[in-house]
Amino acid sequence: MNAPFVPHTDAEIGEMLGFLGLSSLDELFSVIPEAIRLAGGLDLPDHWSEADLRDRLEELAAANMPVGRHLVCFAGAGAYDHEIPAVVRSLASRSEFVTAYTPYQPEVAQGVLQALFEYQTMIARLTGLEIANASLYDGAAALVEGVNMAVAAAGHSTVLCSDGVNPRWRRQLQTFSKGPGLEIVHVPLADGVTDWGSGAAAAAGRVGAVVVATPNFLGCLEDISAARRTADRLGARLVVVFDPVAAGVLKTPGSLGADIVVGEGQALGTPLSFGGPYLGLFACRLADVRRLPGRLVGETLDVEGRPAYVSTLRTREQDIRRERATSNVCSNQTLMAVTAAIQLGWLGTTGLVEVATRSARAARYCRESLLALDGVESAADAPVLREFALRTPLQADTVIDRMLEEGFLAGTVVEEGFIGTHYAGSLLVATTERRTRTEIDSFVAAFDKAVR
Amino acid sequence: MSAPGGRAASAPLMGRAAEPSLFDLSEPGRLSASFRTSGLPEWSLADLVPEEFRATEPVQLPEVAERDLVAHFTRLTHRQYSVDLGSYPLGSCTMKYNPKSCDAAASMPGFADVHPASPPSMIQGWLEVLVELEEALCAITGMAAATLQPAAGAAGELTGLMLMRAYHDHGGERRTRIIIPDTSHGTNPASVALAGYEITTVGTNERGSVDLRHLREVLGPDVAGMMLTNPNTLGLFEEEIVEVAAAVHDAGGLMYYDGANLNAILGVVRPGDMGFDIVHMNVHKTFATPHGGGGPGAGPVAVREGLKEFLPGPRPVRLLSGSFGFETPAHSIGRLHSWHGNALVLLRAWAYLRLNGADGLRSVSDVAVLNANWLKERLRGVYDAAYDRPVMHECVLSAEALQKETGLRALDVAKRLLELGFHAPTVYFPLIVHEALMIEPTETESPQTVAALAEALEQIANEARAAGSATDAKAAPRTTPVGRVDEARAARHLIATYDQRDDGAQG
Ligand SMILES: Cc1ncc(COP(=O)(O)O)c(C=O)c1O
Repeated sequence: MNAPFVPHTDAEIGEMLGFLGLSSLDELFSVIPEAIRLAGGLDLPDHWSEADLRDRLEELAAANMPVGRHLVCFAGAGAYDHEIPAVVRSLASRSEFVTAYTPYQPEVAQGVLQALFEYQTMIARLTGLEIANASLYDGAAALVEGVNMAVAAAGHSTVLCSDGVNPRWRRQLQTFSKGPGLEIVHVPLADGVTDWGSGAAAAAGRVGAVVVATPNFLGCLEDISAARRTADRLGARLVVVFDPVAAGVLKTPGSLGADIVVGEGQALGTPLSFGGPYLGLFACRLADVRRLPGRLVGETLDVEGRPAYVSTLRTREQDIRRERATSNVCSNQTLMAVTAAIQLGWLGTTGLVEVATRSARAARYCRESLLALDGVESAADAPVLREFALRTPLQADTVIDRMLEEGFLAGTVVEEGFIGTHYAGSLLVATTERRTRTEIDSFVAAFDKAVR
Repeated sequence: MSAPGGRAASAPLMGRAAEPSLFDLSEPGRLSASFRTSGLPEWSLADLVPEEFRATEPVQLPEVAERDLVAHFTRLTHRQYSVDLGSYPLGSCTMKYNPKSCDAAASMPGFADVHPASPPSMIQGWLEVLVELEEALCAITGMAAATLQPAAGAAGELTGLMLMRAYHDHGGERRTRIIIPDTSHGTNPASVALAGYEITTVGTNERGSVDLRHLREVLGPDVAGMMLTNPNTLGLFEEEIVEVAAAVHDAGGLMYYDGANLNAILGVVRPGDMGFDIVHMNVHKTFATPHGGGGPGAGPVAVREGLKEFLPGPRPVRLLSGSFGFETPAHSIGRLHSWHGNALVLLRAWAYLRLNGADGLRSVSDVAVLNANWLKERLRGVYDAAYDRPVMHECVLSAEALQKETGLRALDVAKRLLELGFHAPTVYFPLIVHEALMIEPTETESPQTVAALAEALEQIANEARAAGSATDAKAAPRTTPVGRVDEARAARHLIATYDQRDDGAQG
């Protein structure tokens, strides 16, 4: 056999074919019409050895620049360079977690199911809502599902979405809005936070969902109560995009009136990974649990009365409810959810507060130092936590390119579209608990040269 | 004959006590975490966060020592079946062995620690991998271009349906219906509904294929397309696929290929040559990326030339200069993912394709199909084949006769099989087969393992027949960490967090 992971010897293949009354492997495919069969095999190179593969991988990896000592990360925009300790990497790469399928047979899947139950508990507490699901693909997918759920519950298809929600996620919402026929009204920012005045009035009577993010894409803290009042006035559900790290120090969205909370969970133990696989966080009220998208783990008993875990309220799901399912999701991001549970277990109550506090200290120090530079201005003045937007004398992408040469990933450019022109083109800078004063001081010194 | 390597009946699970929750292990004040020394001013939270936003109480998380954290999660892994432990013949899921060298690739810092918003000059290696993967997927499927953004098969389906919509809209046509067979996977109709289309279900004929006559009856100018997997979910090749595709195309519709069953046909026949226009692949099935206990997967979608301009963007491309960058197609349907897709999963798939190559991929399908046919024949007279003709990479058997004779249900077979050291097959799917047992051995299980699996399945049937009852199997599983789980109770009395437990208190 030419396939490295096929164990069969030629003799065994001969015997098996004999048992089937066949004389060649080709005959296994005799039901396939000759006319459409592939003559001559796939147009790909033949197989490589593991050693050759490794050589090639090393070459390709060398053509990338990972963050670390040689490229200190000040970029965020939905992907953050937080501490991931050895214990989390080690436990999350246990092959029992890594190489299992969806827990369809609960008797032999208690490991994944219990880890998910613990994860659901932690996410419910962080959001301040009663129910969290077992994960969705990523933050953007969670946003789309949250809006779909809100709209279905409220019975109106207009969505009032703050410009402070991640523009890439809103592009995705736009992509998927065509199916359910959503009309999305974008609500502008003023001084970095949502101005619910104008757009809200225009759409009255048709609004099913009001969407706001805190901290928002520019890093600013939003007044969730104001969003709640808007939703109440319009008879809509309130969807809040939250940040699980900021949740360590902020009032929970649930306590401020969110009906549905969604977010990106990458910061909870998942490496930057060039953007995936990440973790879609999703929570809702107990009263809405029958509309919940995705898998949910519940606690029950086995036949002998021992506690056991199982996927539950399954009649919401595609394999049972088919076109009437609450979502089409099947595979989700369980491994990242298990990782998040381990990371939050490592952090504990005070650890999560520390991460948020230390990230905020670094942001305050970095922001104040940068704003002291000539020509560097704040793009949004509202209070921030660990991320902030700046206007620079030179174009932000030029600044980023120059800073790369000094060993810094200086941030991300706030792209045009889906955000007010006032903010487009600004530089978004993020700090985590991993940034030190020494790093920030040299960052600021390099920045001073790069912006002019 | 040598012993079956894939039988897990020796797994040394310790005792059958319940594992306490991590919250039960918590002791206030205990701490594992530590952080970099920052040298930054020690501003207090009150300095940093205005009062109106600030939490008054921190969120309560488990407080455990690192040692106990490790013990807890390690014990959980001992309560979990996995491919690494033994054979996992879960039909439709292609639970083959996941090569370790592909995992090693995904943990290289040069891939894993790259920020997704890095400028193109910093990610040339990543872009090259993604472009090469796209090219390989097109070679395998017979398509012109692909998007790597969808995070799983279901996301790929929705993407494909959005592409159909964009294609018809662009041609100025308003089409409202999608046709799916009654054997289709649940994600197909769920995706159709999310894409805003109506569903028309087409029946299955006595040979287990799409009923072509019925299909022709339901086709019309309002049909946007048809979703099909081939081999279908009965494990059978759709012999009339060319006629099916022609009928749909004649009606102006597009053909969508659900790639969940691609493992059967690598290098044998390409969906493009069968007449499909849009194809999703489940790399967590066919290309051996580990499924993570439920995900992550990745569901790239490949299309014919005429649909390329509608693909999601931005997409990695080879530039004229020879370097790599991003491009958004002219009539792109937009974004489908926060960033570029499940990149580390895609990297594993790229590595798997390299390790197998054209020659290896063909062998993968040869042996996947050989194993499934051998198993089906070996079990002749024990269980009934749902449709008795040669199968592709999986076979669907029925326990209906056994149930009538002895009361043994497919579910009982599944639970008893766990006791005998194997993961269960998929049961009760596809829906049109009564007491369905959908068995997919995959090519990575040795002949000895497949024989032992067949023997175990035979033993279960023989026991019930000998006893004239299924009492023994209904008591299974007795050797697993928990016995049969009360699913009805879980739904009736919902406890989905520790805080919903009757005795659960915050903290
Ligand atoms: C036939 C078929 N189609 C689609 C899917 C959905 O794939 P995913 O779980 O990757 O979303 C599956 C997965 O089980 C499947 O078996």
